[in-house]
Amino acid sequence: MEMTAPVGRNAIDINAGGLIGKKLPRVEGPLKVSGRAPYAYEVHPDGVEGVLYGYPVPAPIGLGSIGSIDTDAATASPGVIAVLTHDNMPQGYASGPALAAALKENRLVNPILASHVIDHYGQPVACVVAETFEQAVAAAALVKVECSADASPHFDLRTEQYDAPKPAGGPPPDSRKGDFDRAFGSCALRIDESYSTPAQSQAMMEPPATLAIWHDANSRDAKAPRLTLHTSHQIVDWAQEAVAALFGLDREAVEILSPYVGGGFGAKLQVLPDAILAAACAKVTGRPVKIALPRPQIFNATSHRSATIQWVQLGADRHGVLKAVAHRCWSGNLPDRTFYEQAAAQTRHLYATPNLLIEQRNAALNLTLAASMRAPGEAVGLLALESAMDQLAELGQIDPIELRLRNEPKTDPETGKPFSERRLVECLKLGADKFGWSKRTAPGQRSEGAWMIGMGMACAIRTNLNRPSGAKVTLSGDGRLLVQTSMTDIGTGTYTILTQIAAEMLGLDPSMVTVALGDTDFPASSGSGGSWGAGSSGSAVYDACMNLRARLAHEARIPADRAVFARGRIGDGRRRSQPLRALVRRGALVATGSISFGSFSEQYYEAAYGAHFAEVGIDRDSGEIRLRRMLGVFDIGRVLNHATARSQLIGGMTLGVGAALSENLVADTRSGAFINHDFAEYLIPVQADIGEIDAIMLDAVDDKTNPLKSKGAGEIGVCGAGAAVANAIHNACGARVRDYPITLDKIMDHLG
Amino acid sequence: MRAFDYQRARKPEDALSANAARYIAGGTNLLDLMKLEIERPERLVDLNALALDRIEDLPDGRLRIGALVRNATLAAHPLVVARYPVLSRALLAGASPQLRNRATTGGNLLQRTRCPYFYDPAQNCNKRDPGAGCSARGGLTRNLGILGISEACLATHPSDMAVAMRALDAVVETRLPGAPGETLGRSIPIAQFHLLPGSTPQIETILQPGELITAVVLPQPLDGAQRYRKVRDRASYAFALVSVAVTLKMKQQSVARVSLALGGVAPKPWRIEEAESRLVGQQLSDDALKTFCDALLSGAQGSATGNAADPHRLDNANDFKIPLARRMMIATLRDAAKEA
Ligand SMILES: Cc1cc2nc3c(=O)[nH]c(=O)nc-3n(C[C@H](O)[C@H](O)[C@H](O)COP(=O)(O)OP(=O)(O)OC[C@H]3O[C@@H](n4cnc5c(N)ncnc54)[C@H](O)[C@@H]3O)c2cc1C
Repeated sequence: MEMTAPVGRNAIDINAGGLIGKKLPRVEGPLKVSGRAPYAYEVHPDGVEGVLYGYPVPAPIGLGSIGSIDTDAATASPGVIAVLTHDNMPQGYASGPALAAALKENRLVNPILASHVIDHYGQPVACVVAETFEQAVAAAALVKVECSADASPHFDLRTEQYDAPKPAGGPPPDSRKGDFDRAFGSCALRIDESYSTPAQSQAMMEPPATLAIWHDANSRDAKAPRLTLHTSHQIVDWAQEAVAALFGLDREAVEILSPYVGGGFGAKLQVLPDAILAAACAKVTGRPVKIALPRPQIFNATSHRSATIQWVQLGADRHGVLKAVAHRCWSGNLPDRTFYEQAAAQTRHLYATPNLLIEQRNAALNLTLAASMRAPGEAVGLLALESAMDQLAELGQIDPIELRLRNEPKTDPETGKPFSERRLVECLKLGADKFGWSKRTAPGQRSEGAWMIGMGMACAIRTNLNRPSGAKVTLSGDGRLLVQTSMTDIGTGTYTILTQIAAEMLGLDPSMVTVALGDTDFPASSGSGGSWGAGSSGSAVYDACMNLRARLAHEARIPADRAVFARGRIGDGRRRSQPLRALVRRGALVATGSISFGSFSEQYYEAAYGAHFAEVGIDRDSGEIRLRRMLGVFDIGRVLNHATARSQLIGGMTLGVGAALSENLVADTRSGAFINHDFAEYLIPVQADIGEIDAIMLDAVDDKTNPLKSKGAGEIGVCGAGAAVANAIHNACGARVRDYPITLDKIMDHLG
Repeated sequence: MRAFDYQRARKPEDALSANAARYIAGGTNLLDLMKLEIERPERLVDLNALALDRIEDLPDGRLRIGALVRNATLAAHPLVVARYPVLSRALLAGASPQLRNRATTGGNLLQRTRCPYFYDPAQNCNKRDPGAGCSARGGLTRNLGILGISEACLATHPSDMAVAMRALDAVVETRLPGAPGETLGRSIPIAQFHLLPGSTPQIETILQPGELITAVVLPQPLDGAQRYRKVRDRASYAFALVSVAVTLKMKQQSVARVSLALGGVAPKPWRIEEAESRLVGQQLSDDALKTFCDALLSGAQGSATGNAADPHRLDNANDFKIPLARRMMIATLRDAAKEA
């Protein structure tokens, strides 16, 4: 189906079985906690034997070139089968015509071992393949790489900021409405500040890992000739396209399998060195090859969120009503890459203003690829915008929530389009009430023992994205339903919500539904990224189920609009009903479904919204900042599963706390190395950092988004969360820190 | 990871006779470093079967802690909780429950620095590769030292436990191979145990090759108050930016006895007894505390100048540790004085 109009009342609204929204426990949970959900590194496919292990050798310098690689000692090391370098990669590697397009779409890291050029520190320059993992690691240390560093590399965003060009692709970087300069000049209240956010790492738990198998054309292997990658990827269709482009294959000759993904946060939207090297090593050795990237290499050889520098100007009348808003930002990426961190994205849509100026620039930096990390754009953009709004509230002596209410737009501020649905005001009011916002004092007024206490709030917004998606459902003679789509579950709960949707649609008990994911042989799907997964893939499953319902009604000779599906039976709504399985002939009944989003979606501005509230304590002696409690209230349209949605929201908020307080991936500007490359030094929040945290979801539906009337929940939690913490810090001690993360050294002068 | 020989010692003599071997206890530090190819021992002797896992209440009031006593066990031991709370607190402020269940007393003393440049084999490090130079200088130094460092090395010793032991004047008992068939024992005051880097930062302790730590002995308990205060960038599972271990006895508003060791700032727990004796007999006035802190921080040096990690971001440098250490020493002493 295609979205062409607002969706009327449908089976999801009726929710006869009550499954939509239900806190159904994760259906694959028992498999995961008992170790029976094999992640990429743990698969042992039947009949696959003689698996070799690969271990990459990272470049010891930033930008530069390889002079020579001495592999003799490594090759002679016990168990070593091959050492790959740019000299002996398989034929046809990194030369196909499709590669340029895949790179432009940021579908993969820069091709590795493609030439003597080193694009960045830690980029793999060789890969050792051995009989055991330990042998590969030992031999990798024996590879001697002579390289020469480029004399003028670019590692520092600050110094490259001034020459940074307009990004050559991606969403339009600039926007202008009215005359910002003139309007700003005459405003009674003005905020004019710059901000910086450091590079961040997605830091997902499961390392990128791949088992690569070439099914030789001459063999009797049913899959031949084909490359199979058991890998960890968020969008297997993208991986298929990129791997095919890289190895000069037809798409159909590449099979990607990612049924279980241990987190991605954007990092697994690209094809990473594990997959590339495993495929190449398997080709060269003629045996299956397994590679998992070790943690230090993950920080330097995959991708990261670019650092940003931001400049925000807010001009308002004396009542705080915005008249002029400008948000400029600078980020960086490898030369020729079009992806940029669109940190001004939300400023186009959040507050009403007659004059708006958006400018985004992207410097060429010789660091690891910059790519998506959970809520690319908003996650760091709101750290600046919402800090500036808090400052404006203080300047105008207006309550921060009241300030937001005064600037609530009626239509999209940038384009004037209607909103599909926007319940931000409700989030603000409900949150203020539940959190006890009225108890907030003036800055520096509240303390408990050694702790200075403060409260802060910030708004959340994340543009709602949709992508075409497909699904297939198969009802078998035993009454069980199989749902197949190439969609992935990256820990978010996809298996569970698709089970709920399918079971609800066909009146089945969830235990009668099996969902199979992460396989490029299944109907192509949206995959997991940009918070579009649940809405897009769920709608495809909905559509497939609608088609199956029509088939079943036809078989049962019941008019489709009168058919009632409940308890595994189809009925006419009166007396007549029969089990679904009785209608299955010739083994199975199959239906496919799809969703696409045409120009209809363009007519509205769609987004998820929220309001964050945070309370922090600051130790008066040390300046240590600790989150005491946090609440987010969200408008994410229809909630498909209150447990998994909540988990996404509080997980996002936790990421926001990390961005505010501790996450800082440090590029050493001499070598271009991300130097704090382990979990002891790159500080993501731990349980003890989070305190009391909760998320409330409005009971909402958005009939313009998709047939489920849902909106993305995966990223909205991080958007603005860190700003609420920053604003709480200001409220506690009076310090307004604009260079994130806000560490104790930056507030020491405010401790008294 | 290289292939290595592995042997399990049943008695200390087995361990001592294993030539050129490295000992492995909890393995929480050594194994990580081996996986990263930073440590490359050819032989490992596993100490875990040795009967060095006891805590003995000695007749003279001292407490002997076997080298294999796990950090978790030590922290929870009733005698430690009652008599040496500063040690219990320090242990519990370190690492995570899982790590503390494995980590041993001997291994904790010998854990290696967390300098990020030490951890990256592509960077220069005089500890890893003597004479190679130090990439940390001019780089990310947030967790590096401000005291006792040298041109060759900025690393800190990351242990929390050792800082408390230093404030308690612990003694490290060891055995080392003597004449054939014999072993020698010695007792090393913890003050002498860790060495400053000078031009040989690869030599971190006074131990000789093959010397086995058998126990740590704590002197008779002290009266007064004890405190351990650790400042870190997240609430748990992070190394100290600055930590302070204090034992304090007050008498009529004046200091009767005090010991204070700083962690997170130097290649060893940092304590200056002379400054302590000058504080004795004085009230904890602003002036007295300032003089005391000045003495401990004398020569302290941050690394912001020439910082290349990001010259615009002082949070990547460690200069802030100087005022932070001062604040924490004052706060911890004043806090201890309330109960001392
Ligand atoms: C993520 C992480 C966070 C951590 N956080 C902290 C923290 O906040 N604070 C803190 O203090 N520590 C922290 N640690 C370090 C931890 O305390 C040490 O790893 C642990 O104490 C080492 O003890 P072990 O028994 O495992 O030593 P091992 O790894 O077994 O050995 C360490 C060294 O000691 C030698 N050795 C061991 N026993 C003896 C002996 N009896 N005689 C002679 N030599 C011996 C070994 O040869 C080796 O060189 C952390 C560690 C990790 C991995």
